[in-house]
Amino acid sequence: MPQTEAATSQKPHVGAVLSLRGVSKSFGAVRALSDVDLDVKRGEVTALLGDNGAGKSTLVKILAGVHPADSGAIEFDGREVVISSPTAARNLGIATVYQDLALCDNLDVVANLFLGREDGGLLLSEERMEERAWDLLGQLSAKIPSVRTAVAGLSGGQRQTVAIARSLVGDPAVVILDEPTAALGVAQTAEVLNLIERLRDRGHAVLLITHNMADVAAVADRAVVLRLGRNNGEFRIAETTSEEIVAAITGAVDNTVTRRASRTRHQASEEEPS
Amino acid sequence: MTRARATSAALTVDAGDERLIRVTGWDQSARRFVKRVRAGDIGSLPIIVGLILIWGIIQGLNSSFLSSRNLVNLATQCAADGVIAVGVVLVLLVAEIDLSVGSMSGLASSILGIGLTSAGWSLPVAIVVALAAGVAVGLIYSFVYVRFNVPSFVITLAGLLAILGLQLQILGAHGSINLPFQSAIVGFMQRAFVPDTLSYILAGVIVAWYVMTQLLRMRRRRAAHLSAGSLTKTVTVALLLLVGLEFGCWYLNKSRGVSLPFVLLVVLVIVVDFALRRTRWGRSVYAVGGSVEAARRAGIKLWRVYVSVFVLCSTLAALGGLMSAGRLSAASISSGTGDTNLNAIAAAVIGGTSLFGGRGNAYSALLGIVVIESIANGLTLLNLTSAVRFMITGGVLMLAVIVDSMARRTRVAHGAA
Repeated sequence: MPQTEAATSQKPHVGAVLSLRGVSKSFGAVRALSDVDLDVKRGEVTALLGDNGAGKSTLVKILAGVHPADSGAIEFDGREVVISSPTAARNLGIATVYQDLALCDNLDVVANLFLGREDGGLLLSEERMEERAWDLLGQLSAKIPSVRTAVAGLSGGQRQTVAIARSLVGDPAVVILDEPTAALGVAQTAEVLNLIERLRDRGHAVLLITHNMADVAAVADRAVVLRLGRNNGEFRIAETTSEEIVAAITGAVDNTVTRRASRTRHQASEEEPS
Repeated sequence: MTRARATSAALTVDAGDERLIRVTGWDQSARRFVKRVRAGDIGSLPIIVGLILIWGIIQGLNSSFLSSRNLVNLATQCAADGVIAVGVVLVLLVAEIDLSVGSMSGLASSILGIGLTSAGWSLPVAIVVALAAGVAVGLIYSFVYVRFNVPSFVITLAGLLAILGLQLQILGAHGSINLPFQSAIVGFMQRAFVPDTLSYILAGVIVAWYVMTQLLRMRRRRAAHLSAGSLTKTVTVALLLLVGLEFGCWYLNKSRGVSLPFVLLVVLVIVVDFALRRTRWGRSVYAVGGSVEAARRAGIKLWRVYVSVFVLCSTLAALGGLMSAGRLSAASISSGTGDTNLNAIAAAVIGGTSLFGGRGNAYSALLGIVVIESIANGLTLLNLTSAVRFMITGGVLMLAVIVDSMARRTRVAHGAA
């Protein structure tokens, strides 16, 4: 990916809004990331895959401003940037939905959506926030019966929806989702996957961190695989089989996972997009 | 866009979901209320029931308890510790505690005592110095808490001892100082009552304020295409409030009337409640009490919240100390010791502010202190000693904490923890 393309491109669907080049990060004697490249594009769902310890979380934390990178360049909209804090990441237009969601159970949906970014001057303008909340949830076709109930009373999928909707409040260019379906049931997972597609259709660049190959096959356009802190392949989902991606994740073509996968190939091939 | 407005023009945006149970009429409102209580969302209900029980029992044993004369006393007795309890509510809302409010109030009393007598300060100077001491203590607490992450329980326990020491140091050999009887603060606490006519007008103003805020809110909501709530309900509540307040004023006016210190407490509660509900600061206090990590990631500056809350709590404790010194027209080594601490903290909890943080409101300080002072006042009328009074207040506190914990568990069981 030539970097000039990212710099000149203003239109969604073309070029990377966020580009990482040669990013490295060490914790003591452990090299968590070495020379990692990553492009995240508008209107596209990029899946970030890797086994445990592959460096996914470290990369997310660098993008979210939790840890600074040791070396390497981060470009946002063609400009080289330094992401020094979570606030800096948010101001830049990178929103992160963490796995634990970070919602305040005692506050209602509206309060959670706008926490830290409330509307109004000296006094909160609750009505404006409530109207914006319905608008936001409506755009996501979210199924929340009332925005004035405490978040504690919502289901897992609804809580995930609130967390994702909250990430959209500042209209960020990039939305990072950390394992959004990990704790959800079948129907709720489908709902969140729909939500991810809607984010893409709204023109956001979505970075999806997941273990779940079914989710990747369902919504991702591209998959970037990390292995032991290095890039280990980039795949267009439409042109790739799951086995190839699994092979890149595990680092071997012949192993228990691929053998099992080939035994059930006929099932897998039915699911492949033709 | 599959918006509610698009599907049905008659419905507002927030009432579009088909799963919403629409509440119309009295019976449905009542049924929803019962359902909420059974799910653990009890609010101030136990305390109101408890208060009626306590008043009923004491009145049954001594018929002068509910006399105008005694209720006037009761209202004035509530003022000082009630002000302290408002500060405690704030600290509890962020899931912390201040155990030194009693010592802090004692320190403020002794600063006032020494200031007005041997130091020869004017009253305003003495009051400002005492309140500044409260601000300083709050700043120290929040600095230690934010900088070193020591639990507030331990910080304020150490503070309790240190401030008590400071109080003894300041009073020195005096032990007890009588405030000049003609001093304005003594007059305010002992002899200041709202004139009868003004009290009726004030009650009317409070109701008018309520109606106005409700009407404005309804108008803003309609402008934002949201359901505005029922006008009938607002009018009903306003009428009940008006009758209740005017009757209260009339009853108290049969004796000396509504005392200014009590009015001060009520105004403080209304202001703090408004700040908690309607400002960004209030929102961040509840957020920190709900989940510190979520608040931090939302970009809320935690240290600001902690500093504001600890400083307000200590300063209100100092104000409470000044008020109780004025009421007793004395400051002594025993000011603020004994039951001040227990009363203020217990009032906040009994009133329905959760010890677990994030739940409660300013009104719980008012309700709680009325319960505690009713018990104290009633048992004194019944000629029972402080021994019995302490045991009974302790029992009521225990009961309140049990109710809080059980409500929490019920909320968990109903999926609304």
